[in-house]
Amino acid sequence: MIYRESGTFKTSYAADMALYPLPLSRWTLAGIFLVLLVALPLLASPYMLTVCDLILVAVVGAIGLNILTGFAGQISIGQGGFMAVGAYTAAKLATVWNMPFWLAIPAGGLMTALVGVFVGIPSLRIKGLYLAIATLASQFIIEWVINHVTWISGGIQATVQMPPPRVFGIAIQSQLQFYFFLLAFAVIATVAGKNFARSRLGRACVAVRDRDIAAEIIGIDIFRTKLIAFAISSFIVGVAGALYSYYLGIANYEQFGLDVSIDYLAMIIIGGLGSVTGSILGAAFITLLPVVTRRGLAAIGPMFAGFDIDGVLPEVRLCLFGGLIILFLVAEPEGLDRLWRNMRTYFRTWPFSY
Amino acid sequence: MLDSFALILIANGLLVGMMYALIALGFVLVYKATEAFNFAQGEFVMTGGFIAAAAATVLPFWVATLLSIAGLVAFCFGLERVVLRPLLGRPIIAVIMATIGVASLLRGVVVLLFGSGTRALTMPIQQAPIFVGPVMLPPIDIVGAIVSLLFFGIFTWLFLHTRMGLAMRAVADNQQIASAMGIDVRRYFALAWAMTGVVSALGGVIWGALLGVDNQLAVVGLKVFPVVILGGFESVAGAIIGGLVVGVVESLSAGYIDPLVGGGTKDFMPYVLMIAVLMVRPYGIFGKAPVQRV
Repeated sequence: MIYRESGTFKTSYAADMALYPLPLSRWTLAGIFLVLLVALPLLASPYMLTVCDLILVAVVGAIGLNILTGFAGQISIGQGGFMAVGAYTAAKLATVWNMPFWLAIPAGGLMTALVGVFVGIPSLRIKGLYLAIATLASQFIIEWVINHVTWISGGIQATVQMPPPRVFGIAIQSQLQFYFFLLAFAVIATVAGKNFARSRLGRACVAVRDRDIAAEIIGIDIFRTKLIAFAISSFIVGVAGALYSYYLGIANYEQFGLDVSIDYLAMIIIGGLGSVTGSILGAAFITLLPVVTRRGLAAIGPMFAGFDIDGVLPEVRLCLFGGLIILFLVAEPEGLDRLWRNMRTYFRTWPFSY
Repeated sequence: MLDSFALILIANGLLVGMMYALIALGFVLVYKATEAFNFAQGEFVMTGGFIAAAAATVLPFWVATLLSIAGLVAFCFGLERVVLRPLLGRPIIAVIMATIGVASLLRGVVVLLFGSGTRALTMPIQQAPIFVGPVMLPPIDIVGAIVSLLFFGIFTWLFLHTRMGLAMRAVADNQQIASAMGIDVRRYFALAWAMTGVVSALGGVIWGALLGVDNQLAVVGLKVFPVVILGGFESVAGAIIGGLVVGVVESLSAGYIDPLVGGGTKDFMPYVLMIAVLMVRPYGIFGKAPVQRV
């Protein structure tokens, strides 16, 4: 939030942990909502709305992954697989039992939470790299199962058609309708993430991440904390997967490959590990990257003769993607969230920066 | 009783397994010395293959191979200096993500430089398969297996019988004490990465000759994870055993399970096996459980 307080007047821990440290922060939030709810849908072109929709899905997924990897410190390379579980569960329930979205999406989340807890069980004994590889294995195994068990995938293309979600009898189909639909979920995920971070459980997760043996000594049940982190994170990730398949209109395992897992990891690294604001910034950054790359190439393309944008676009995107991850890791390990806070701190005392 | 089908599968699996082991060796060397987990191993192999294939169009095969080795060694030196040295002492995820970033960067740069078409890389050896009883063995696989055995021999000798190897083992064991004993730790980190460069370039040449050189060559890198998990991250012998096991399991599941479920088990069975091993022995067959202190 943007404000300059006149001093520190906090007298209790409750005040220190409050979501709105000043009345002004409520107003800033209201302002942000006004932009998101009124200004953006009115001003944005359909193409920009599509990009916004994708960002909103990515925000939900990135917050989910950040709870597991950023807060609890359990590296997961199985994000794509988890999203696929949520997507296919919701798709199956919506098509076979005609379940409305408000049942199918949480059901997708619950199923993913179950799978996530199962994958998390080895985290009792293994950690760090070995756990990362175990989640990578779960990615491959989930992909294979969805692709080869015809009951789930519904045949040769492994694609399930999704009915559009219906809210109060209105079928959500246009980009604008989806924008509001997805925005609701992104806001819920953000509030849930912010509150998770300041709860007892959230702080227990951070303690386990920072030094697990020390955490155990001060009375935190490590295994339980890790499993709950896996469950909560997988639930949100599964919801993101279900939302994505509702948005696309199909559930298709090719949308949830290893590259998706890596994209989401990049989001939370670039955004900032262990930060909800960072997840949002990172999700926007990584989703916008191909869009901006395309615009940029189109701008410089005419300078070279025989320049084929579509031919080099995927490679340039890969280069930028890899380069930016490395740049952030080396230069600003705490990500965009840290840059944002640095900026705020600078302007908080500006122009008297001493 | 083994029939000839099973024998063929096992023999081919063992040969392919040795070639997996060669790539896994690159992985283990870096992990052992620097505790960095190289997710870009497959991309290193791909890059090695591309350099060799591009050079082989104008130069003899062996010169192209040497050029590829030189290129990757230089790249690995640079990588260690620019990317990995600043990340020393940071959480594991930082190093994992950095190598994932390098992988992505290499995929982009290599295709931009060399084009995305598949290039042929032909070894100047006999192409007709060799028959040992009922078993048919492709000569490229045999060369690959021999090269990897040779390099395992060389590295084992280096580690056990040279001053450099002793220093590297000391660095791998405890960086601080090694440093206090007057070993330039950073120099040996760079050396470990250079060794990986050598092994990856060779892997690229061999796998490139086998499969053709294109960006799919990087997928070989994904096979390395089950191999090193089975063997344990810091064990050179484990890399061989893991490679052989993965090679044979893959070959057998492709031969026997694929017809039943309609394909794809080749890429998936090693990971199932890996999960099973993780459940029983969390640090691999030859890995050591780390001692932890508060």
